[in-house]
Amino acid sequence: MSDVLVLMEGIEKTFPGVHALKQCRFELRSGEVHALLGENGAGKSTLMKILSGVYPKDAGKIIYKGKEVEIPNTKAAQDLGISIIFQELNLIPHLTVAQNVFIGREPRKGVRFILNEKEINEKTQKILDMMNLDIDPRAKVSELTVAKQQMVEIAKALSLNSEVLIMDEPTAALTDSEIEDLFRIIRDLKKKGVGIIYISHRLEEIGIISDRITVMRDGEYIDTVPTKDVTTEQIIKMMVGREIYVTSEANSESSKNEVVLEVKNLNRGRAIKDVSFKLRKGEILGFAGLMGAGRTEVARAIFGADPIDSGEIYVNGKKVNIKQPIDAVKHGIGYLSEDRKQFGLMLNLDVEQNTVIASLENYSKFGWINKNKTRMDTNKWIEALKIKTPSLEQKVRNLSGGNQQKVVLGKWLTRDCNILIFDEPTRGIDVGAKSEIYKLMNKLVAEGKSIIMISSELPEILRMSHRVLVMCEGRITGELSYEEATQERIMEYATSRSK
Amino acid sequence: MGNKGANGKSLLRSDATQKLMAFGTLIVLVIVFSLASPNFLKFNNIVSIILSTAVNGVLAVGVTFVIVTGGIDLSIGTTMTFASVIGGVLISFWKLPVIVGVLGALAAGALVGLISGTIIAKLKMPPFIATLGMMMVTKGLSLVISGTKPIYFNEAKAYGKIAMGSVLGQIIPGFNIPNAVIIFLLMSVAASLILTKTSLGRYDFALGSNEEATRLSGINVDKWKMAIYALSGLFCGIAGILMSSRLNSAQPALGQGYELEAIAAVVIGGTSLNGGEGTILGTVIGAFIMSVLTNGLRILSVKQEWQTVVIGIVVIFAVYADLLRRRNK
Repeated sequence: MSDVLVLMEGIEKTFPGVHALKQCRFELRSGEVHALLGENGAGKSTLMKILSGVYPKDAGKIIYKGKEVEIPNTKAAQDLGISIIFQELNLIPHLTVAQNVFIGREPRKGVRFILNEKEINEKTQKILDMMNLDIDPRAKVSELTVAKQQMVEIAKALSLNSEVLIMDEPTAALTDSEIEDLFRIIRDLKKKGVGIIYISHRLEEIGIISDRITVMRDGEYIDTVPTKDVTTEQIIKMMVGREIYVTSEANSESSKNEVVLEVKNLNRGRAIKDVSFKLRKGEILGFAGLMGAGRTEVARAIFGADPIDSGEIYVNGKKVNIKQPIDAVKHGIGYLSEDRKQFGLMLNLDVEQNTVIASLENYSKFGWINKNKTRMDTNKWIEALKIKTPSLEQKVRNLSGGNQQKVVLGKWLTRDCNILIFDEPTRGIDVGAKSEIYKLMNKLVAEGKSIIMISSELPEILRMSHRVLVMCEGRITGELSYEEATQERIMEYATSRSK
Repeated sequence: MGNKGANGKSLLRSDATQKLMAFGTLIVLVIVFSLASPNFLKFNNIVSIILSTAVNGVLAVGVTFVIVTGGIDLSIGTTMTFASVIGGVLISFWKLPVIVGVLGALAAGALVGLISGTIIAKLKMPPFIATLGMMMVTKGLSLVISGTKPIYFNEAKAYGKIAMGSVLGQIIPGFNIPNAVIIFLLMSVAASLILTKTSLGRYDFALGSNEEATRLSGINVDKWKMAIYALSGLFCGIAGILMSSRLNSAQPALGQGYELEAIAAVVIGGTSLNGGEGTILGTVIGAFIMSVLTNGLRILSVKQEWQTVVIGIVVIFAVYADLLRRRNK
């Protein structure tokens, strides 16, 4: 096997109140793809942020190409040849592709301070050509798709001559064909001897792309194994410390129940075209489709977050006029956004404040909040939803993704919402927490609530939905019952573009 | 979603609309006022409009850099005064050469900006609060240093020529455009080049667009922030010299209120208060809109109190128009 590129040993890191890393170890060889696995909060990202100079380590040593090094900041990491591509992409939206690629090391011309735009455009074009990508170096990053933005991040790393490339959840926002492109680029990099650290929750991908796997749990190093020697079940067991598998409780019972939500001929610009459907009591209605198919737009329209051009919405058989989210909430509709951090939570407020924020009038008299009552109810949901938090006063910012999602859910349940729209409910959530969310969804529909679930993960759609609607380019292109739904049929509808 | 044509072109188009809208407003104002009063388009009146734009314009151009970072500088008006008072002390009290006074004023402005920038970057204070504090500090210091009285430049005749003399008139006889106008235009060109062609400009946009990403790109965010506030302060120094040269005195009680007019000009010019977007040309047009309005209303004998009301309404409309444009994007 090839040489050891990076060796991290005895890494310790403590944040206020959290012992994030305990005696962690990690080894990367040149020319390998090394998957780093673990549930959210296991410490993967923290460990990688230490390697890339975002956080300083408290103790331990990093040996890079046989020499012990200190990496106090991102610049130092870059200089060594270590680049990280964050889950939340760190590009500057208002600048062009080339400007982003060369940020911080712009070539100058003439006088020291004048930038050489031509040179960076040419150099960036060369890198993009090498990667076989059709991206204009002069295009603004904000105008690119997420997939292309990701490629720009990789181009940036390549332009730095990185020998270590860390990718945190690189495929979270990509379609299958875009993932293919990414894998092609990763394989090219491997051949050139670049060591790649790959963090992902998608175990199928790990099996395809990685050579070795290191598993972490609760801030501790568990083991490193060659990918070909382990099964998915073994990995999951290592990650969660127990065996889990979510079983579907989907059945056709709900198809006889009364309709709680009906949408008729919904239209909004080019995003939503003539969408009509019914949601029944106790049903999980899956919305499948590719990114940008219009699923989120439909959800936002129903929730009153975006204005609609035309269409009617009926709740429990009565026509309702939903102009803003407050109208939707009054009719018992709750929306769990795909972007929890931006739309679902007040990150700087604590668990209790977030839980009751949508129902404050039920907890207050003349503007005074009844603290006892809010505390009691929040505790009730923490228990019912199994929210892992040290206290009611913990800021939501400090919770893991899965627990944040549960807090949003708690918020709508506190408000007595009977129609819940889950938009990508498990995005960026680890395996263990995923199954808990699934269980919660099953429990909620068993209690007579109804769920619309938008998801880009087909296994999730197939496993959880009682009925599946498929969207493509703003239209509903197909409806499949639980029995009829297969990966192939969904993909067929999802790509049946109109002429 | 169907917006497949998302490429550089559509963006260019929207940038162009922004500039066109501000510029269109300016043209409409000029047409309306010239129809309403024959005096409006006279050479002398035009020079007077540009002259009155100069001070506010230089301040606005400087603070554009700060606003592009997503920050704000409320101390520019009083920093301008502070710089002119320092110039006054050096020239009239200490009898130093005019050039020393000019350099002193520029240094004073830049220093105040640097201090604001340091407070914001190093102490992580919100720009609004940090510069509000600096506004009061500089206002107070100007009064203390000057002994609350205006400092006249009667003995240094050259100082008054900085703004009101005409180098151009000496080169091209009859073309007596005051230096202040030339300085304002030169400064605007320089600022525009700095914003679009230099690393400072690039990091300016980067900071306003995504500060965390900028930091993680290995850029010394603190250093650049401090430099940007210092640059804004330097422009305050220039404005202070223009102002005091024109009045032939440093007026320590003047200054407060200028910052809001300058910020209004920046916003009218289409620079987003959220940062990451903005042009110097827009700011210059914005500054002209403000002074054309003031001048035109005065020529039409609208009372000063009402002029202020009208300008306030214009600012609100300008920002609303900008919001609409963004929403449609």
